[in-house]
Amino acid sequence: MGAKMVEFNGWDMPVEYPAAIGCGIINEHLAVRNGVGIFDVSHMGDIRLAGPQALAAVQHISMNDASRLAIGQAQYSALLYPEGTFVDDVIVHRLAEDDYLLVINAGTREKDFSWVRDNTRQFDCAAENLSDDFTQIAIQGPKAVNLLQKLTDADLSAVKFYWVTRGTLCGLPNTLMGRTGYTAEDGFEIYIPADEATSARVWYEILAAGKEFGVIPCGLGARNTLRLEGKLPLYGHEISDTINVWEAALDRFCKMEKPEFIGRAALEKAKAAGVKRTLVGLEMTERGIARDGCKVLDSSGREIGYVTSGSPAPFLKKNIALAYVPPEFAAVGAGVKVEIRGQGVGAVVVPTPFYRRPKKTA
Amino acid sequence: MPYPTDRKYTKEHEWIQVSGNSATVGITDYAQQSLGDIVFVETPKVGAELTVGKTFGTVESVKAVSDLFAPATGTVTEVNAALATSPENVNKDAHGAWMVKLSLKNPSELDGLLSAADYEKFVAEEAGH
Repeated sequence: MGAKMVEFNGWDMPVEYPAAIGCGIINEHLAVRNGVGIFDVSHMGDIRLAGPQALAAVQHISMNDASRLAIGQAQYSALLYPEGTFVDDVIVHRLAEDDYLLVINAGTREKDFSWVRDNTRQFDCAAENLSDDFTQIAIQGPKAVNLLQKLTDADLSAVKFYWVTRGTLCGLPNTLMGRTGYTAEDGFEIYIPADEATSARVWYEILAAGKEFGVIPCGLGARNTLRLEGKLPLYGHEISDTINVWEAALDRFCKMEKPEFIGRAALEKAKAAGVKRTLVGLEMTERGIARDGCKVLDSSGREIGYVTSGSPAPFLKKNIALAYVPPEFAAVGAGVKVEIRGQGVGAVVVPTPFYRRPKKTA
Repeated sequence: MPYPTDRKYTKEHEWIQVSGNSATVGITDYAQQSLGDIVFVETPKVGAELTVGKTFGTVESVKAVSDLFAPATGTVTEVNAALATSPENVNKDAHGAWMVKLSLKNPSELDGLLSAADYEKFVAEEAGH
């Protein structure tokens, strides 16, 4: 489609689609906020854990509580190292009684699969890497449900956020469709056979069906700005093998009331010791755009932290960033500076997420 | 997009249009396309001295940061203030949305720059890689 491509963890990925067909990061971003956009996210990995002890295995490697999942429900979670830092974040889907699907990140999928396999060996269940079996397409935006409903017999209005359903989609029977995403917007992610002919056919059928809603294809660039506005973490930025759960402020997805999971003991100690840095949202108050890796300075120019992700926010029309700073600088309203090309540029700590989608009134 | 033949081009994707001892500088259509949605243009102040080949400002798109390189040595006589509030003008019309005007110190510096036809050839090769 004439997209600008970039190599991303060994995948050729579209950054953005051409302005000539109405795309570009800003248009793609706004399409998802106001209508609908679609993303080829086949680089995401899929690991299935199935067998009599699948739940026990998931509970051991995942920090959220999978025993709370009904069949068809999904939850955000993370796989942790014994140190309480991140192997990866993950969406855990419960597909059937003893059958779980973990959707993981591109850059970490081999590492993740080895980690899951090695740490679930003691359980009576099988770990299967399905990453190459599926093409994953994300249909995102307030009109996503209307678009996808035209192509499937499944009743999508009955599917709540973070639940999955199955149905015939574009003629493909028993297709998995989850009401999930990485855009801080309503939407679905679908899992179809990975062969090129089927993937291309479904992609173009979605674009055709979405014409009346103004659908456009969206690339990695918009995916990043959308997730940043929603403060959704990105591996290697807000979370990594040197950042723990408390620092990343993902407490509500970490169920310490579970008696055991990898990383729990270290997190207990870390909590008692108190955090030395915490993730905050920044908004630039002076002219300048904070970028990943920029230093954060206090008012006297002393280095106090760093930016994990920074960008213009196309919907909010502000320059925003996520950054790690010591807790004493984390209060909303606290003034800091971000070092941009050698200059300290003013910024202020603001509430996050920067963007929260409006509650449905209908 | 045809490249106007009334000016010269650099391999860093700036254009420079000379009229007597003064010149107007901007970035090329190829540059704006590669950058994508431009959201920030930082130019020097009037009176700043530019040195050929050295950076004199920054253009940022949503995704990328790119330095501006001076196509010639000279003194800034005027900056396009409209770009501070409407940087997207560069996407709309890169060859019209100039960034600075210069009083040239050594107009012969421009002899080594590319013609429109040579620049077009250069970007076709670059895009092919």
